[in-house]
Amino acid sequence: MKILVCISQAPDTTSRIAFTDEGKTFDSSGVQYIVNPYDEWYALVRGIELKEAHGGTVTTMTVGGAVCDPVIRKALAIGADDAVRMDAEPTDAMQTAQLIASYAKDQAFDLILCGKETIDHNGSMVPAMIAEMLDWPFVALATHLEVEGNAATLKREAAGGIEHVKVNLPLVLSAAKGMAEQRIPNMRGIMSARSKALNVEQADGTAMSAVRQFSLPPEKGACKIIPADQAEELIRLLREEAKAI
Amino acid sequence: MSVLAIVPLNNGRPTKGGLEAASYAAAFAKDQGLEAIALVAGSIQTDGDLGATGVVRVLQCSDELTDSSQWTRLAAAAAQECGAKTVVLTHDHTGRAIGPRLAVRLNAGMVSGVTALPQAGAVRKNVFSGKAMADVEVSSEVVVYSVTPNAFGVRDGGSPAAVTAFSAEVGDAREQVTGFDPASADGQTPLPEAELVVSAGRGLKGPENWGIVEDLAKALGATTACSRPVSDIGWRPHHEHVGQTGITIRPNLYIAAGISGAIQHLAGVNQSKVIVVVNTDPEAPFFKAADYGIVGDAFEVLPRLTAAIKALDA
Ligand SMILES: Cc1cc2nc3c(=O)[nH]c(=O)nc-3n(C[C@H](O)[C@H](O)[C@H](O)COP(=O)(O)OP(=O)(O)OC[C@H]3O[C@@H](n4cnc5c(N)ncnc54)[C@H](O)[C@@H]3O)c2cc1C
Ligand SMILES: Nc1ncnc2c1ncn2[C@@H]1O[C@H](COP(=O)(O)O)[C@@H](O)[C@H]1O
Repeated sequence: MKILVCISQAPDTTSRIAFTDEGKTFDSSGVQYIVNPYDEWYALVRGIELKEAHGGTVTTMTVGGAVCDPVIRKALAIGADDAVRMDAEPTDAMQTAQLIASYAKDQAFDLILCGKETIDHNGSMVPAMIAEMLDWPFVALATHLEVEGNAATLKREAAGGIEHVKVNLPLVLSAAKGMAEQRIPNMRGIMSARSKALNVEQADGTAMSAVRQFSLPPEKGACKIIPADQAEELIRLLREEAKAI
Repeated sequence: MSVLAIVPLNNGRPTKGGLEAASYAAAFAKDQGLEAIALVAGSIQTDGDLGATGVVRVLQCSDELTDSSQWTRLAAAAAQECGAKTVVLTHDHTGRAIGPRLAVRLNAGMVSGVTALPQAGAVRKNVFSGKAMADVEVSSEVVVYSVTPNAFGVRDGGSPAAVTAFSAEVGDAREQVTGFDPASADGQTPLPEAELVVSAGRGLKGPENWGIVEDLAKALGATTACSRPVSDIGWRPHHEHVGQTGITIRPNLYIAAGISGAIQHLAGVNQSKVIVVVNTDPEAPFFKAADYGIVGDAFEVLPRLTAAIKALDA
């Protein structure tokens, strides 16, 4: 099985979010970057498990500049075989998807695994866009994936529950929680990652949207403390003051 | 020209997210002096309450579709048919599967998870898992938006819409649905759509103690949620996990008991309109993000709250 896992880098979840250039640019000073959690914990690990069970290869795909190389090495340390980086600074999901689809279209992948969304853009768009560009089936928010020959059985998040789906390969999916358990790279993985291939391809695509301005949410007012033995008072406030119930 | 809303159905009725997409489309159409049209696939009663949202016409495809690529073809044909330059979906599992495909097919720019109508050529959405907002401009002629659940709301007051049959060449189904596991037996509103949420964390000590959380949720008609460690250790199912790496929610009321308020947890809940925190530790970071707080033991406070609500309703 030939598997492509789309990996993006994202600011560490504890990062302070701030902007410079009058709210036009993300302030990356002091920010640590990680592999986007959905890509690492779920998409990548499930890809590696399938390879271990059925044979084949796991290639990671990242659209971004050389700054992404450390997180790509982490993915290699966890167990991907090799990596491709499309050397571009994408402005929107359409551009990212275009670059991934243009690379994947004649590589005969069986599976393209993505994360549910990036924790910085919160787009949840790239995976379905890739699927449409390749004219492949797409399963959003997949929580489970098994492959038998040419047939994939999946579970996905749906209204009020989990839906079971059958699809033939090739297939694009976006992975959500439940798909796999996080893996911590071991020393051997980290050592061998250094000698695995990270191929850089020149690329450019066209974006259709761009952020004009970032802003921060308004500060919360002070928290009103209600004594524990007057819990009934909270219910009154919720109804009469906050009008929340 | 018109604005097209894609409205998913569940058991023959538009989902709340679908009604929100229709409301958004109608409000936007009104701003632009255009008409809003809704697209459904499957059977509905009369106009499925879509007219009330301000939509003037409902295009109805008689086949129920679950396949994202079939939906995409249907929606693209509908957009063409009504000359829609703006297509609106809900940013749930349906909008995530169909919206971006549709954008590619229509050669349209897409902004997902918008929280308000476009203003001065840009539309607002949350980024960095709710820690910031971005105003996004789209440069293409056709635009696709998906609306964050519970951000825009369902509008009411329009008159019944005309329903017309609609069909298009949608190709073969490639995704075959073979089963369904309901998340909860008692028919709670799914978390992303819930207006009231009661959530608990490691402070509850063990899964056997969740009765007090469920009782409070039941008294309020709320949906239950939990922090990540609680679902990781299997005390609660994965679909209840809220936060940066779980579900992002935006309810009117979020009650958090025995949750410390780590930054990753807050990221998924800090857009709740009202936040209540119950925690034994007055220094718990969650109090800084809360509107109301009780410093106390959840095992005592939650049953009191439940009783107070029951007394109120009695
Ligand atoms: C990359 C990454 C992503 C993450 N994503 C998420 C996420 O999406 N969602 C998430 O929730 N977490 C996430 N986390 C984990 C997060 O950092 C915290 O560890 C987690 O939220 C803590 O859960 P908790 O508040 O239930 O437990 P704890 O931090 O252990 O807090 C328990 C709280 O209960 C209180 N308490 C104890 N007894 C009682 C009692 N009897 N009554 C009332 N209060 C009591 C304590 O004072 C304490 O504040 C993530 C972490 C990382 C590194
Ligand atoms: N720059 C990128 N390079 C590689 N994969 C990406 C990139 N951006 C997004 N993806 C993939 O698409 C998923 C959804 O991203 P998004 O649409 O930005 O929320 C991510 O979880 C990744 O799997």
